[in-house]
Amino acid sequence: MAPLREGERIPELKVTPDRYVTYRYAGASGDFNPIHIDEEFAKQVGLPGRILHGLWTMAQVARAAEQAAGGPQRLRRLAVQFRGLGMLEQEIAISGSVREVREGVAVVELEADQGGNKIIRNGEAELALE
Amino acid sequence: MPVKTEAIGKEYPSATYAVGREKVREYAAAVGETDPIHTEVEAARAAGFADVVAPPMFAVVYSAPVMAPAIFDPEVGIDFPTMVHGGQEFVWGEPVVAGDEITTTASVKDISERDGMGFYVFETVSRNQRDETVCTASWTNIVRGV
Repeated sequence: MAPLREGERIPELKVTPDRYVTYRYAGASGDFNPIHIDEEFAKQVGLPGRILHGLWTMAQVARAAEQAAGGPQRLRRLAVQFRGLGMLEQEIAISGSVREVREGVAVVELEADQGGNKIIRNGEAELALE
Repeated sequence: MPVKTEAIGKEYPSATYAVGREKVREYAAAVGETDPIHTEVEAARAAGFADVVAPPMFAVVYSAPVMAPAIFDPEVGIDFPTMVHGGQEFVWGEPVVAGDEITTTASVKDISERDGMGFYVFETVSRNQRDETVCTASWTNIVRGV
């Protein structure tokens, strides 16, 4: 586990949501908004099709932060802004860099990119260093 | 049409969620969390926890029973077909493990309008059965064309 230092990038996390992930996430989270699970409904409301749950994508940002910190219990805070639509079956890359290290906490800036579309911006994580 | 702001400060009845081992495993699988402390009791105990540990973002699950009535509250007046999830913040405290009972309260933190969009910010505070804070969260929903 390399220490987190100011200015350094964290390991990139790449994940490709399969076409059924929104069903699994709906069941796991209880969020059955039809824009995530009903192709016809999604198109009727002007979307290209079913879209990812934003909070599923945020969970991927959380995973990237946890892996950089050395474990899930080190994630103390995560704030994000959702932008654009998260699509199924297209790779998402989570990247980030350490903005500052102070008093045993590393502050990491994060974003989620899907085919050039920043679906999560201005992510900010606080990671306990020990 | 300006947004209604009368609901700012409104609080909702708390809801208690019992964290189950299989629910933690189901959630971990759905988001791709593979650390064995989320799925294997022995691994969790070896790491010093009483039972399998909920991933941090499991906060979504135990907050849902109190967030749903808040978002659907007619006094808040969110227009659902034009609502998007704009932003989210979680601050975590004590870890959550299977067997915990998490009680969450919700309130309307702010309602405002900017550039023809309505911003609805809710705050939740979740505590375990020992009254330790496990998570505080800020949920921002945006409604276009208010």
